Amino acid sequence: MASERISGGVREWIAQDSSAKHTTGEAVYTDDIPEPPGTLHVLMGLSTKAHADIIRLDLEAVRAAPGVVVVLTADDIPGVNDVSPFAGDDPMLANGLVEHDGQPLFAIAAETLEMARQAVKLAVVEYEERPAILTIEEAMAARSFLQGTDPPYTIARGDADAAIAAATHRIEGRIEIGGQEHFYLEGQVALAIPGEDDDVLVHSSTQHPSEIQHTIAKVLGVANHAVTVECRRMGGGFGGKETQGNLPAALAALVAKRTGRPAKVRYDRDDDFRITGKRHDFRIDYRVGFDEEGRVLGIAFEQAARCGLSFDLSMAIADRAMLHADNTYFLPNVRIVSYRCRTHTASNTAFRGFGGPQGMVGIERVMDQIAHALGRDPLDIRRANFYPDKETGGRATRNVTPYHMPVEDCVIGAITGELAASADYEARRAAIRQWNASSPILKRGIALTPVKFGISFTLTHLNQAGALVHVYSDGSIGLNHGGTEMGQGLVIKVAQVVAEEFQVDLARVKITATTTGKVPNTSPTAASSGSDINGMAAREAARTIKSRMAEFLAAQHQTSPEEVRFLPGAIKVGERVLPFAQAVGECYRGRVSLSSTGFYATPKISWDRPAGRGRPFFYFAYGAAVTEVAIDTLTGENRILRVDILHDAGKSLNPAIDLGQIEGGYVQGAGWLMTEELVWDRQGRLRTHAPSTYKIPACSDRAPVMNVRLWAQGENTEDTIWRSKAVGEPPLMLAISALMALSDAVAAAGRYRVYPMLDAPATPERVLMAVERVNSGAMSLDRERAGA
Amino acid sequence: MAIRDHATFILNGEIVTFRGRPTTTLLEWLRLERRLTGTKEGCAEGDCGACTVSVAELAGDRVRTRSINACILLVPMLEGKSVTTVEGVKGPKGELHPCQQAMVDCHGSQCGFCTPGFVMSLFTAYRQGDRTDRRGIDDQLAGNLCRCTGYGPIIEAAERMWDLRVPAWQDERNAREHELLRGIAHSGTVDLNHGNCRFRSPADLAALDDHMNAPVTIVAGATDAGLWVTKQHRVLDDIVHLDRVAELKTIEQRDGKLRIGAAVTYSHALGTIARSFPDLGELLRRLGSTQVRNAGTIGGNIANGSPIGDMPPALIALGATLVLRGHGERRTLPIESFFIDYRKQDLRPGEIVEAIEIPLLDEPEQLRCYKVSKRFDQDISAVCGCFSISVASGVVANARIAYGGMAAIPKRARAVEAALQGQPWSLPAVEAALPAYERDFQPIGDMRASASYRLKVAQNLLLRLYHETHSPLAETRLAGRGAVVG
Repeated sequence: MASERISGGVREWIAQDSSAKHTTGEAVYTDDIPEPPGTLHVLMGLSTKAHADIIRLDLEAVRAAPGVVVVLTADDIPGVNDVSPFAGDDPMLANGLVEHDGQPLFAIAAETLEMARQAVKLAVVEYEERPAILTIEEAMAARSFLQGTDPPYTIARGDADAAIAAATHRIEGRIEIGGQEHFYLEGQVALAIPGEDDDVLVHSSTQHPSEIQHTIAKVLGVANHAVTVECRRMGGGFGGKETQGNLPAALAALVAKRTGRPAKVRYDRDDDFRITGKRHDFRIDYRVGFDEEGRVLGIAFEQAARCGLSFDLSMAIADRAMLHADNTYFLPNVRIVSYRCRTHTASNTAFRGFGGPQGMVGIERVMDQIAHALGRDPLDIRRANFYPDKETGGRATRNVTPYHMPVEDCVIGAITGELAASADYEARRAAIRQWNASSPILKRGIALTPVKFGISFTLTHLNQAGALVHVYSDGSIGLNHGGTEMGQGLVIKVAQVVAEEFQVDLARVKITATTTGKVPNTSPTAASSGSDINGMAAREAARTIKSRMAEFLAAQHQTSPEEVRFLPGAIKVGERVLPFAQAVGECYRGRVSLSSTGFYATPKISWDRPAGRGRPFFYFAYGAAVTEVAIDTLTGENRILRVDILHDAGKSLNPAIDLGQIEGGYVQGAGWLMTEELVWDRQGRLRTHAPSTYKIPACSDRAPVMNVRLWAQGENTEDTIWRSKAVGEPPLMLAISALMALSDAVAAAGRYRVYPMLDAPATPERVLMAVERVNSGAMSLDRERAGA
Repeated sequence: MAIRDHATFILNGEIVTFRGRPTTTLLEWLRLERRLTGTKEGCAEGDCGACTVSVAELAGDRVRTRSINACILLVPMLEGKSVTTVEGVKGPKGELHPCQQAMVDCHGSQCGFCTPGFVMSLFTAYRQGDRTDRRGIDDQLAGNLCRCTGYGPIIEAAERMWDLRVPAWQDERNAREHELLRGIAHSGTVDLNHGNCRFRSPADLAALDDHMNAPVTIVAGATDAGLWVTKQHRVLDDIVHLDRVAELKTIEQRDGKLRIGAAVTYSHALGTIARSFPDLGELLRRLGSTQVRNAGTIGGNIANGSPIGDMPPALIALGATLVLRGHGERRTLPIESFFIDYRKQDLRPGEIVEAIEIPLLDEPEQLRCYKVSKRFDQDISAVCGCFSISVASGVVANARIAYGGMAAIPKRARAVEAALQGQPWSLPAVEAALPAYERDFQPIGDMRASASYRLKVAQNLLLRLYHETHSPLAETRLAGRGAVVG
């Protein structure tokens, strides 16, 4: 009868639901769905200029090419020519003007992809070029900003300028931080199948089926109800499929409705690189005043973000960069100014961390440079500036963020203490310095950096989720919710929640594809919020069904609903214990509704954006990492030698999944800050548009020693799903320790006398340039001393 | 000799004949024609490994299995071989193979899109019995990119799979495959015509000579030519395939020379080269990835004249000689004279590279090769510097230095050589030679590195060489051969 514990409840180490299918190739991705007969293959002609008027677009030869069924331009769009998430500024197909290299001009649908490829070459396009603004520097000089963002948005508390002026120590500087291509292994793809009336069913690789649905409806000029969007899984998302799936899905739908035939859009990898947005590159200027102990007294940041040609999600991303300019540090007098640079490059978009990482790099650079200025261990300086841990909450001072939100759940002091001890930080730092003194060419470096990441969408209305749970008459359960699976393990976590709620084995719970037909008006699976909000919504749905069952079973067995308990695999009704399936059968025959929606809206949050004041985040996630690196001072080549991570996932829903997120997030962050370099030429053409030229971490880039642990004391102070914490994005920022460790190693090349001012990504070239700087700087210091 | 108008190979244990368009890639054919969608397209340029398959062929009495990127392999190149895709790995009753089970147990997949490729790399290693250490695993998996896991769980799976027993059905499959391979083996020419496209695969030199009368596209492993198809969408209408030409696939050591046939793959040559020239072995280890080295040939790397190929600078430093063959005749020339200008080689119509002859060194460690790239593994060099310097009585007796990535062709640093020649092998003399680099090289800046970085690093590599002649490699090397840091 009732076993002691169900298999697959919350807190268990469980593999992804699809892991076996991944290994056998049976897991179906959008491009693997059997194409219905007659499926057309769609390819786009792309702009080869960054900014130009199209003075001639001759597609006659394209139309006449073998296999071509239809050729579409902006004129063929029945609804609105816009695939933007909200601002209305992302044309699906260019309308006379192109504003980035790679912008889609026209589309071809052909019988085969190969035919489309041969046909697309036949287009005759003539441009009249206009001057292009490509870089942050050029945009700042030209004051080219997203519309309505000049004067720039500013968040401030206290008087930063006065505090900096009054401080005994001051530094200032600049760091440039490169962007990042998502490089999801599965590129953008959508398959549209036309239906009757205005209907169309679209299989899309997307983090945001609802937005795909709404975009298709807008482009086709039909009601949302005519469009159904479905996604079982993505081959990686990382933010790159939050809005960037809109275009291929809408185009597939347009071709399908126009021709009456199924249509597939799948970007080739190089096209994907050219068309889609990336992580925003940033330039951050800072001025800081601090005391003898390294405590920040006043700080002023100017963050400039390259947004590309349109808004996309840049406003929220740049906001989040500002909201993470403090990281774990109390900044008593602070001003953060944010410039949203409009450039003639692809519109930059969401990427794991959503601006937070860039903001955090800024303040970590500041802490590192203060330490250098004072000749102290950067960890001491970091600790001196930490927000106080929650235990000291009652008498907490120095715990207010630049946006006036008190930090009430801080655990960074405890995490850092435990990590510094387990990683043997202090002794290793000393040993490395000693080693460096006797190593003429290779130098090592070490750094510990903390992470505090705000959890919730800063656009408050997105903090909602819906779920749909069915209990079938045989006791099996169907689960659906608005969250999408991109590898992060969301669907297994939510299924665990439902299994736990009903006290049935996980195997009874069927995970189904996310579809707008089942749960409407969903938010993107983003902002790390997936399990938090969908888990809660699914639990709500399960609880509704449970209470109906309890009420019926109680009446049936002459007891009260309070006497009905869901035990492992069974339901106890008064003194009787019924196997779950039997109880469900009784409820069914008793005409009890065994299906329910569930809904969740995150409580407590409020954000007054114009005032820069409020509680944009429900809670914070914390973690810390120690990274040790080595560099070659002759070539700038560098690598990570050891990583120690301690991360707070609250009371983890699934430690196996969470550890995977942490380790993977770190490595992805290290790629961003080390090898992944996006290079554009002076014509605005991206020169790194495939893995042959754009280098994400490979197997050997993973540190030979990598100790990753969940923080055992972790427990969310807020009432989240089983007191867990979001874990999708925060670990990416643990990799900032790698950049700071590289800086430490570079400093060693100049005997720690000159601060390296190392930019990101710290490619061999940037590291070598920094080595040259600290070398020549140290030599001129020597000369000065000799002269004096 | 018999001529066949189709290609014959084995797919997941079944014999297949192919008469389609010869430039059809294996990936395209698997996914579209055979509806085997487990093999994924991640990049279509052989850099991500999501399309990895296992290709077996007869090697004497044995069967040799290699991992290959299906995205840049043309289907008829499989003549006489056997392909296993991810669909062919699990057992007859759906049992997971040890490499699959280990991936599940270790949480080796997240989004799962790269997973079939990793499984095929692991499967190949498992079949070959290539049990190795962490560094060896890095090499086995360097050609498979994962964007989710950070690789830790996959590395764990690569170790743990060896603890799981070889399933009996795998042995049975191997035996059957061996039998089938023997059954389809033949020594005739394949001459496949489809529309305007022709593909010929001769099995010996005499037959090859017959096909070299008109301009053709020569393909050995297609790691470069495959990209012309998948990336540039070029139409290749007349292809001659070298991989089956037995005489081009030999490695011989005699008369103080190593003679490597032009169609010898990097993987095949790696062992011999690493024994003869340890540093060139290290360079080869980092060239491409396992999948690329399993298909790509040294002859192809030379014949295509890429300014960034890693083999030519090393071969120039070694004073290697090319054997060229055309119209049944041979000529030889020093490899550095082969490269005339950007992508322009001294290759006459109807001529192919037949072999490379490398003089062996008295002191194998004399050759030093340095590859500098953004990423250690599977990256194209920003700068590749190769040195062969002999010092007698403290004086530089002979210096051969060549670089890749510094000019439109792989090029000798003659001014630097001259500056060193006859000078003491000392730090002041080495430093005095550095300005000569500017006479030898005016590199360009591109997405891999700026011109100034290239020049600086080129100079610094000479300093590294100097340091290495006095100190252990551990003092200069971060990764690979000789490195101990970490």
